[in-house]
Parts: sequence; structure tokens; C-alpha cells
Amino acid sequence: MASPRRLAALLAELEDQLITCMRCGFCQAVCPLYGQTGREADVARGKLALLDGLAQEMLRDAAGVQERLQRCLLCGACAAHCPSGVKVLDIFLKARALLTGYLGLSPLQKLVFRGLLSRPARFNRLLALASPWQAILARPADELLGTSCSRLVSPFGPRHFRCLAPEPLHRQTPELHTAPGASGLRVGFFVGCLIDKLYPAVGQAALKVLAHHGVGVELPALQACCGIPALSAGESLTFHRLLAHNLARFRPERFDYLLTACATCAATIRRMWPLMGRDLTAAQQAQVRALAAKTRDVSQFLVETGLVAGGLAAADGGRPLTYHDPCHLHNSLDVTSQPRQVLAASPGWRLKEMAAPDSCCGMGGSFSLHHYELSAAMGRRKLANIKASGCQTVATSCPACMLHISDMLSQAGERVAVRHVLEIYAEGLD
Amino acid sequence: MRDQALIKKFADILGVESVFTQESDLLTYSYDAAGLPGQAPWLALRPQTLEHLGRAVKVCHEEGLPLTVRGAGTNLSGGAIPRPDGVVLLTSALKRIIEINQADMYAVVEPGVVTAQLFAATLAHGLFYPPDPGSQAVSTLGGNVAENSGGLRGLKYGVTRDYVMGLSFFDSEGNLVHTGARTVKCVTGYNLAGLMVGSEGTLGVFGRIILKLIPPPAAAKAMVAVYERMQDASETVAAIIAARILPATLEFMDNFTIRTVEDYSRAGLPREAAALLLIEVDGHPAQVEEEAARVQEICRQHGARVQMAQDAAQRDKIWEARRAAIPALARLKPSIWLEDATVPRSQIPAMIAALTEIAAKCQLTIGTFGHAGDGNLHPTIVYDKRDPDQRQRVAAAVEAIFERALTLGGTLSGEHGLGLTKVRFLADEVGPATIAWSRRLKAALDPKGILNPGKAIGG
Repeated sequence: MASPRRLAALLAELEDQLITCMRCGFCQAVCPLYGQTGREADVARGKLALLDGLAQEMLRDAAGVQERLQRCLLCGACAAHCPSGVKVLDIFLKARALLTGYLGLSPLQKLVFRGLLSRPARFNRLLALASPWQAILARPADELLGTSCSRLVSPFGPRHFRCLAPEPLHRQTPELHTAPGASGLRVGFFVGCLIDKLYPAVGQAALKVLAHHGVGVELPALQACCGIPALSAGESLTFHRLLAHNLARFRPERFDYLLTACATCAATIRRMWPLMGRDLTAAQQAQVRALAAKTRDVSQFLVETGLVAGGLAAADGGRPLTYHDPCHLHNSLDVTSQPRQVLAASPGWRLKEMAAPDSCCGMGGSFSLHHYELSAAMGRRKLANIKASGCQTVATSCPACMLHISDMLSQAGERVAVRHVLEIYAEGLD
Repeated sequence: MRDQALIKKFADILGVESVFTQESDLLTYSYDAAGLPGQAPWLALRPQTLEHLGRAVKVCHEEGLPLTVRGAGTNLSGGAIPRPDGVVLLTSALKRIIEINQADMYAVVEPGVVTAQLFAATLAHGLFYPPDPGSQAVSTLGGNVAENSGGLRGLKYGVTRDYVMGLSFFDSEGNLVHTGARTVKCVTGYNLAGLMVGSEGTLGVFGRIILKLIPPPAAAKAMVAVYERMQDASETVAAIIAARILPATLEFMDNFTIRTVEDYSRAGLPREAAALLLIEVDGHPAQVEEEAARVQEICRQHGARVQMAQDAAQRDKIWEARRAAIPALARLKPSIWLEDATVPRSQIPAMIAALTEIAAKCQLTIGTFGHAGDGNLHPTIVYDKRDPDQRQRVAAAVEAIFERALTLGGTLSGEHGLGLTKVRFLADEVGPATIAWSRRLKAALDPKGILNPGKAIGG
């Protein structure tokens, strides 16, 4: 039964973490959302106070707290800069799960999460059916960016979105099992939904790079989503189904590293799987920990193993390009120099930093679905910095950032190409 | 009914999106950084223009609503905690830097401008706004003026008070009052700005603030002096001042803080040292060279080992270690209590001895660091605020710290304000006549008592 007392009891498990926030308010300096709205409920300190309020039964409005808790990009900037080391993302994801468990999912969320996302084969079939219809409902907006916009009134609003790839990666390369080459290394490759369905070329670029460096690849068939959309919505059931599905496919003993070209998948597997997998069996927990420990962003892997020589000094000349730090690499995994080193090792290019390369692009996964105007306002700031850099190409390491930055550039009519770091690097290997 | 009508009145003036009525917004305006139990207001308002701010004050006056202005909510004495029947006025939408004047070296700002952003903007114009409170990355200038905030540069450059050239503020009825000017000299009328600075929101609501800017120092040099005896560190501070040198920063760390910072950041601090002084001199390059050499010599004469920063990276490392003090201490226990009782700098050794004694007596852990050059130490108590016994011992320790600071000729608060936490000790420092006079002043200027009631002078 729903009662404030029961909710307080549920939230009690967060108390030891909640108490560590000393209300200094330093998170206001780095929160991209607070920068837009100036509302305390939008910054980490306010949200932590609200959760504390529910736990202490000073507050009855659980739905109000849930709504405010969902207004967050989960970019992790607050946690990365917190003087007292509050594990903000851990708290928020656990609290979202508790609140969703308490208040329930909406019928639409139930359909999307439990009916589709948690069933990878069905999800793939549905999107395969939808793909051919896109040409009728959408018209190309910008060829360089590969964006489209709606022909008619649509649920996508003013967005310039990217259409589903005609052939997703799981059709192009259903699975792959290659032996280690010159490097002597073998990696698991976690594709991720956006690369599979929207940016298969990024996945192919990653596979090309790995083959070039003599790295053996284990790419299991029928991979599922990493689970972040479900975690973000507090939908534990779907998250655990997805986790179990992926655990059955990725055996840590078969590879030295688990790689992904998606910053968000990397952060989710490395940081969130171990955190949220408490209901698993001991063996599964051990597997999750082993996988998390082996998880790397591809650039991080290339630099760590010495396959790409360190150093940021690029050859003089070359076309200028600028780099956007995805929050999930910069804030969650402290991966900042490695993608730049991979770019420095890409012939014909010269890295030119934009102002505030590490400020959030505003995507925040499902945040941009629910709060598009805020998301776009942050995106426009990013857009201004990209423009001011004068570069015709912006590289990044996350397909979600690519999607949002492309949307912003396309709506503004800017002729700037958005590429994944690995696409840039792979081109130079020809 | 009155409530709904009033909410509508505010919404008509400010726009409905600037009026917060839901409990899950109001709770987020119930606290500040002092770590006291919070108190949600009845309503929170976020005016988008100065005109709206004034009209909101006017309505509060007409309706007798207590109001508390809130900038970044980083107050360390409970000054931003509102009344349950009152209104919180947010300045977060009033964040325009209206003017930076290079010829006359001043800036005009709205109250919600963030301190560090003004600092950066003035630097881009070749000018310098020195006050640097620890929360400068988020604190607002309105809050800084209301609290007369200090910072690391206090010894040489002074505090917020020394940079306020003029103000406009709304009185308790919502009338706009002007004081001061854009000129270096101005003796027109009462020095109301002097009264408003540090008044903790009890006398008026700031509209625009005119701040003095100065040329930035051309060069700076930083060093760390490592001491085996606390006494030597304090005598060094006195000797530097006696040599007529004013370092831009002259910071102190005790052994407990040194060890905690080192455990946290592995910055290479000497764990065994009894005390550290972190010193920076700035100014003309030739003067900096000379003063740095002289300071180094004085430190050595007092038995210190001195490491001089050779480049910008080493200099940054020194100040990173200082900045790590609060984060490092904060991670030891769930809660921290940060004090700012201040003594004449010659009394620092006595104050440090007293702190050691108080920590032992109250069975608490106290790390002490702070602005040695101006006698403004930050004894920081680490504890767990969920435990009533620990809370009680912290309260006893704080009271003992105040008592000792006053005995040594010091003051209750160097830079955090009296707010709610220290106001009951006010009489111990200033006596009954001062309180009575202050309250008469307050009653004359704010007869309904709506401006941040209970703060600064109690009542």
C-alpha cells in the first residue's frame, strides 16, 4: 500500500549516502540544468534535500519529488565536482527505482520498457518494419549531418532527427568471433542501441580499427540494450531482464577487455551494473564485477594498451576539428585525454579545442524526450562554442551526443560534420 | 482564501512561472550551507527584473509577509533560512553584469551575479575584483554584500566592504533608495552603503551594486613553509607583518588538517609537520622577487623548511592543497561544522592552544586551517549530526570557541555572519546598548519587521 511511511522506510537505505551532502551548494557551479533554470529543485543539492525530506517524512508529495528527480541529465558533473564526494548518480538512480516502484510506471512506459526494450528480438523486428516508412514520414534536412525532419506534424516536434539505418549493425555483422592477431589481445564488443540502429558506421569503424591493430573480437549475436533508459526511468524489472540477457552473452573469461564506442554504455556497464545488480545471484554478481572491471571506451583501450602511441602533439597542418567531451566519459569515467590522443594520431587532422569542450550538450538520453526545450537551450550553447571554434568537423565519443549536436547544427543550418572519433581514426587507416 | 488571492497577486506581477507554491519546490528553499534544520517558506518568488523585485517587496510590505532574500544559499550561519509564514525572494534570475567601466574602474551588477563570474569578466577587461570567499564559484554578489564576505585575499586587499562604492536597494516598503556613487570620493548624504554592507538582509533588498575594481597584480609568487612547532608558524606571521610586507594570501594549516588533506589528495604534504604556512606575494615583478626572498628568509629564521613554487603548475599545486582542506575534512564524518571566530593575529597561538584544549574537553575532532594573516581561523569540527550527543558536544565546543575568541579581543564572526547560529552570543561581544540601538534602527526602517526577521541582531 502506498503510504509516506512505507516510502520513508524504502528510502531509509539511502540515508547513509544522503547525509554526506553538507548543502554547500557547489553543484550549482557545474549543473547544466541549473545554469538554464536557476531553480534549486533542478540542482543536486535540492534533489538530495527532497529525498531527505521524503525519508524524514517532512514532505508528502512523492509524485512531485519524482517529477523533479527526473529533471536531470545524469551527466554527473555535480558528483565529479562535489567537495564531500556525494555519490549523486548512485543515489539518484536508486531513488528513481524506489520511487517508480512505489508510484508505478505509466501505461506507455510499461509498453515501451516491458513490451519492447526488454525483448531485444522483438524490438529489432519492430524497428526493421518501421524503417522503410521513414522516407514517407520524414524528409532529409541536411545531407552532411544525415538529419531529417518531419514532413507533417509529428511527435518529434521541431527536432532534426537521424533516421534508422537502412541496415542496422546486427544485420550487417550479426556476430563476430576472431582470434587475436599481432596485439595478442581479444576484446568483447558491446554495440549499444544507438550505434546498432542509427550509427552502424561507427560500429564498423570500431571493428576496422580493432582488426587493423590485430585485436581479436568477440561480438555476440542478439545483444540487448545496456539498460540505462530503464535505470533512468527507475524501471528495475526491465533493467534486470536486460542485464540477465547481456550476462548470458558476455562471458568475461573469453576476452581481455569489454569495449564499447558509446560513452553512455561504457559508463553504465562500468559504474551502474555493479551498483544496481544487488538482486543477482552471487555468480552473476561476480560476472558483473568482472565485466565492469574490463569495460573500456575504445579510445581509452587503444591508448592504455599502447596500440595508439600516447601524446597529444599532432603534425602541423591538416584540417582543424574540434572535440566534444561526452559527460559519461568526462565526468563518469575520467576519460578525457585518450580520445584526443586518438585524434592526434589521425593523419590529416589537427585538434582545435572549443570553449568549454566538457560542458554538457544537453542530450541526457530520455531527458531530451521529456524536456526538449531545456535540452535544446543547452545544445544551442554547445552549438555556439562549436561555431566559434571555426572547425568544419566536430568529433565526439558518444552516439547520443552525436544525435543531439547534429540536431542543433541542422536546425541552425550550420555546415559542420559530426563524427565519432573512431570514424576519423579509421579513415586514416586506409 | 487570502492565500490564494495573494498567490494570484504575485503571479499577476511576476508571471506564474516565477511563483513557487508546491511543497517540493519550497522545501528546496528551506536551508542554507550552515547545516541547521531547515524551514520551508510559505512561498518562493523568482523575479525576472529589478522592477518586479521591487513590486514583490511592496506586496510583502502591504501584506506584512516576512521575506528572506536568497542568492546561492551558501550562507554558513543560517541567514538564508526563511520563516514558515514568509516568502523567499530568489535573485537567481537577476544576474546581469550591467557595466564594467575600464576608465573609471568600477562594475555595476545585479545582485544575482556569481562572484567568480564577475572576477572572470573583470579580468577579461584587464581589471581585478579581489574578494574571493571560499564559495566564490557559486556565491552571489548580493549575498557577498549582505554578509560582507571575506576570503583568502583579505589581509592585503580587504573584504567586500572595501569594494562597495554604491548601492541601490528597496526599503521595507519597496521604495528604491540610492546611496554612493560611481566616483572614488562621495560624501553626499549618509553613508548608507556602509550600513547596508553586512546587514544580512535585515534592512533592505539590494537592486544594483556598484563595485570598485583595481588593476590586477602583474606577478605573483607562492611558497609553502613547513614547521615542526606551531609556535614558530605563528611567530612567522607576526614577523612578516613586522617587516611591513602584506602577502596577498597567508594561510595556515594545522597538523590534523595536513594529514587529512594528504590522505585525501596525496599532494605530497609533510604528514609530520606541526603546521604549514601557504604564502603568496603579488604585485610588480621586482617587488614580488624582493618580497618573496624576504618572506622566505623570515620563514627560515623561524625554523621552517621553505618550498618556493618555481612555475605556475607548482603554484597551482600549493593552492589546490589549501582548497582541499574542506573536502578532505568533510569526507571524514557525515557532517562538518565550520567556524570563523576571529582574533587579532597576534593572538593566533593562544587561539590554537585553546582549540586543542576545547577539542579534548568536548571529545571532538577539530581540524584548523584558515587565514592566518588576518586572524580569521576556520576551526572545523567533524561529527555526525544524526547523533544528539555529538550535536550537544559540538554546541558546547562552539560556545567555548566564541568565549575564548572574545576573551582574546576577537570577534564572533570574521566573514560568515551571525545569521541564526551566533545571534544569541551577540550581547557577549557588543553589550546591551549596541543591541538596543541596532534594534531601534531596525524598527525605524522596517516597522513591520518583515526583512529577514531574527537574523544579524536577533529580535
